[in-house]
Amino acid sequence: MLDSLLNGLGILGTSPEMLALFVGFGLVVGVLFGFFGMGGSFLVTPALLMLEYPAPVAVGSGMAFVFGTAVIATLKHHDLGQVDYKLGVIMITGTTVGIEAGRASVYYLESLGLAGGVISVAYVVLLGGVGAVVTRDALKSGGSGGIDHEAADQDLSGYQTPEIAKTIQQTVRIPPMVTLRGDVRVSVWVITAVAFATGLLSGFLGVGGGFIRMPAMIYAIGVPVPVAVGTDLFEIVFSGGLGSYLYGQGGGVDLGIVVPLLFGSALGARIGSAATAVVDADSIKIYFGGMLLVGAIAVAVGEFGAYVGSPTLELLGLVLVIGAAVVVAVAILYTTVSSLRETGRQGTTAAD
Amino acid sequence: MAGLTVPTWDPETALLIGTILLEAIVLYVGYGGLERLFGSYLIQFLVGGDADAR
Repeated sequence: MLDSLLNGLGILGTSPEMLALFVGFGLVVGVLFGFFGMGGSFLVTPALLMLEYPAPVAVGSGMAFVFGTAVIATLKHHDLGQVDYKLGVIMITGTTVGIEAGRASVYYLESLGLAGGVISVAYVVLLGGVGAVVTRDALKSGGSGGIDHEAADQDLSGYQTPEIAKTIQQTVRIPPMVTLRGDVRVSVWVITAVAFATGLLSGFLGVGGGFIRMPAMIYAIGVPVPVAVGTDLFEIVFSGGLGSYLYGQGGGVDLGIVVPLLFGSALGARIGSAATAVVDADSIKIYFGGMLLVGAIAVAVGEFGAYVGSPTLELLGLVLVIGAAVVVAVAILYTTVSSLRETGRQGTTAAD
Repeated sequence: MAGLTVPTWDPETALLIGTILLEAIVLYVGYGGLERLFGSYLIQFLVGGDADAR
């Protein structure tokens, strides 16, 4: 009975080696997500594409993984009171339409035989662009990529709305207007536009879209950072759930991929999140930017290998994308353990 | 398939997504419980014998 259910759901259709690979990769992605608050999930879809899964399966399973990760993270942020449910509900409509448009684009490109190539190119541009910005900021100011954990943990009373958000709030006053947490008053249409744009990206690439949506919520809507983090995750639960459902109807969600990835990432996210209390994130953010840049190069190399029919280049691309993530995750763990041991030694010396 | 579609009820797909939702909740609760039970022991193990002395 259980065997037939698991077989039907695809668990046993995945070899033990692949299950182990996905658990391990999930662990790595989870450490990155827990530590930086973003980024790990958008290594999953390119890795699946390089493992020669069809584009709808790579994107659909990537999105289902994002959905599961968002459920876990939202439960945590709900406990911390950092979710604006009103904003989240308003965003759902725009995101839903955006995701469906993105998903339809993937299937249209798949029917033309172009999906894998176009998605890979979009990833090269996206990973390269975000990686370059994070690396530049890290070099310039000692690191501002990912989520600022100190800002994410602060209360809302002393929050200063960014100037650009104030300008948008004063310029775009198309009714209906809504008041959000942190005493932010903004047009519903601004929220919907942000939601649609990020939903389109999610549906097309199978990512949560947090690395675009969170800055957009902070700088376009004017939401305080802690609320942007929590609400973004809450919103991804719905958008990711719907996107996964739509891809699932087309056979695009493979539980043999999602279940082991989630199993590893849920543990990794706890480790990564705990590590933020021990390690200064700024010192590692430059590696994060570097990882994204290597990821962009890896996707480009893999895609070029597929184009010229070179399995060696395809394998090199896969090794690069997984290797870059592993190196950064190991750097986080190593620095954490070293810091803990250093603290332990200092504590003992002080006691003496 | 390429056009925009309205989601329709599909029990098999709902079971698929429900399985992922259930796994996520079980992992949140399960790993949270493990962290409470063994977290401090793990930290002591990682820090080394010095922590035991304290």
